[in-house]
Amino acid sequence: MSARHKIKERGVHLMNLHTFKRGIHPPDGKAFTNQKPIEILMPKEGALMVFPVSQHIGAPCEPIVQKGDRVLLGQKIAEATAFVCSPIHSSVSGTVKDIKPMLTPSGAMVKSIIIENDGKFEEDPSIGKTTDENDYKSMSREEILDKVKNAGIVGLGGAGFPTHIKLNPPPGQEIDSIIVNAAECEPYLTTDHRVMLEKTDRLVMGLDVMLQLHPKAKGYIAIEINKPDALEAVTKAAEKYPNIEVLALKCKYPQGSEKQLIYAVTGREVPSGGLPASVGCIVDNVDTVLAIERAVVKNRPLMRRIVTITGNGVNNPGNYQIRIGMNIKEFIEATGGLKEDCAKIIAGGPMMGPALYNVDVPFVKTSSALLCMTKDEATLPEESNCIRCGKCVGACPMGLMPLELNQDALAKDYDAFEAHNGVDCIECGSCSYVCPAKRHLAQSLRITKRTVMGIIRARKEAEKNGK
Amino acid sequence: MENNLMVSSTPHVRSKDTISSVMRDVVIALLPAAIMGIVYFGLKAALIMIVSIVSAVGFEALYQKATKQKVTVTDFSAVITGLLLAMNLPSTAPLWVPIVGAFFAIIIVKQLFGGLGQNFMNPALGARAFLVASYPTFTTGAAFGATGYGVVGVMDATTQATPLAQIKEGAVTVTQNDMINALVGNIGGCIGETCAIALILGGVYLIIRKVISWKIPVCYILTVFILTCLFKATGIAAAANRQPVYELLTGGLMLGAFFMATDYASSPVTPRGQVIMGIGCGVLTTLIRIFGGYPEGVSYSILLMNLCVPLIDRYTRPTIFGAIKKEAKKA
Repeated sequence: MSARHKIKERGVHLMNLHTFKRGIHPPDGKAFTNQKPIEILMPKEGALMVFPVSQHIGAPCEPIVQKGDRVLLGQKIAEATAFVCSPIHSSVSGTVKDIKPMLTPSGAMVKSIIIENDGKFEEDPSIGKTTDENDYKSMSREEILDKVKNAGIVGLGGAGFPTHIKLNPPPGQEIDSIIVNAAECEPYLTTDHRVMLEKTDRLVMGLDVMLQLHPKAKGYIAIEINKPDALEAVTKAAEKYPNIEVLALKCKYPQGSEKQLIYAVTGREVPSGGLPASVGCIVDNVDTVLAIERAVVKNRPLMRRIVTITGNGVNNPGNYQIRIGMNIKEFIEATGGLKEDCAKIIAGGPMMGPALYNVDVPFVKTSSALLCMTKDEATLPEESNCIRCGKCVGACPMGLMPLELNQDALAKDYDAFEAHNGVDCIECGSCSYVCPAKRHLAQSLRITKRTVMGIIRARKEAEKNGK
Repeated sequence: MENNLMVSSTPHVRSKDTISSVMRDVVIALLPAAIMGIVYFGLKAALIMIVSIVSAVGFEALYQKATKQKVTVTDFSAVITGLLLAMNLPSTAPLWVPIVGAFFAIIIVKQLFGGLGQNFMNPALGARAFLVASYPTFTTGAAFGATGYGVVGVMDATTQATPLAQIKEGAVTVTQNDMINALVGNIGGCIGETCAIALILGGVYLIIRKVISWKIPVCYILTVFILTCLFKATGIAAAANRQPVYELLTGGLMLGAFFMATDYASSPVTPRGQVIMGIGCGVLTTLIRIFGGYPEGVSYSILLMNLCVPLIDRYTRPTIFGAIKKEAKKA
């Protein structure tokens, strides 16, 4: 039976599916792993775990351990140094081997704490036992926020924004909707899907913890219709929470983009340049909500995450619960290795994930998947003239005109780029995807957007100083 | 292999659509009408089409070779230009006419302005306008009345003055029989414009395949229909014997609405712009037909609207996501 039929039977009106305007329908590639249960893969004894001090948006952390120190599992090894920052914890017990710049998945060299795993997984006394359960209902707002902050939780969907800041918007911004982003609209990724099936109750409880911070808010778990089993399981688990609603989303990319998701769920548009809180919303992805639950209910800091390894270039596609800091190369080997013709490895989904040029890097908090492509799949077609078909205009979820912005970008006309709202680009890649001329629209927009944002910043800075 | 990983900017997947696949769809969509053209006007029509396509492709290749560019004739766009040009010529035209037309379309209108995607007007229509102005005897009025060049079509009735020309002269009132003839294409006209049903079929195929949006053709056709009804209702003498549905089926309107006004390079890229393009073409076509000097008016309407496209695009940008509050503040 098709997903559509199953949903129809359960009475979800397909015509009333929540969605946003425009967008694209790439082949989803999820069949590789969406039936594969999450396997736990622990680092081997003697493995070198690498913890870059910057795994989030904001200021880097400062290491609080030294070369030669023995650290325990869950021990804080780097402390936050600024308001927008998040601490880092060791995901193993062992010895600090070195603190030096190491290559990270983003391609940058970042100061990192290197810990040799002793294989004992001896837990730090500061963290809770896995059997413990706190009564979050009796906790104060400050207590909950403190636990989230100290657990080092950041947006695990890829952005890496420190979660405690998101959960605590500035005064005057009343939150009335907390949305769990379970769209998982990126092709190939299946971790959210599996978590919803296997850790359903804990996910819903995580949302309830968040609602504890904003008692007037309503909780939403928004799931794309291509995951009918997850929709069913989560709907059932949410039944006992009166202020949590499960919503079915139309299957369309980028449904899980923060702004598009808020629009789909609430009908509100986050103003250009604004944050979700300005329209009363908090959005967090599935794995993040799970991490919040672990931090608040079980006192466990962020040490692990769920990743998908998938694609035609890998021997055993699957979903794994891994320890943050694990070496990606060793992980790939442990799961069965790459196929002979694997030519491209993407950290994340095919639409927005960066391609890795070296897999000898650690998993960081924001690593969600490894998509391994064969040479045929990975070779991008050659660019030709824009034929002005307008498909990019019809695809852009932000209502931009990518063909025109691309002209501005190629002409280095930064004023025109700004006037044409280029900085509103969310870099979802929909324009490049649909372009029959295979123009590198998203690429040129992204690069120019960075330049123009710099120009705008400098201008604001100058205005300030002028006054 | 691990040491030799490919890297590129996102996204790492692209849709299967390519310029060739899109253009190939347009050729497929034109085939029913082209075949009906051959059925009605005989092998001479086929010959004109072949000459026109071969010269369009040939001129493009020659120009690109001469200017040391990459030869891109395999993208089918020159094929479409050649085919559309032929379909806009009467079957009685001598064979040098499509060659001159293809030269004008490909070299003057398309390549000199930058090639694919840069032409400011529809190349085939530009060429048609050039031919009509330069060689009226072979391309208008009398050409439809001649009896052909020895290759006789299935229908004799087809080598005669076009129906809209007859109406313009006030000679005919439209009967039900005329309607059916116009629908199936058993009327006088250019090779590819007579069989309305084949053109609609091709147009629907393009819309289903998402090669074109419904906006331009539907707005175009509806505008002509509504305006003709309105003018007829006002009782103006020039519109008195006009039959709105008949106006839609004749005079190349279907060919223009589905295949010419929707030319990517010379039509708006914004959804609202496409509506304006359709309505604009419709208004001009109706005005030319009823009040102007030409009986048909489709090609000049589209050409005139082509020239407005940069302006239309500029003023019809989509509203950006999250712009609501900004605008509210201004207001």
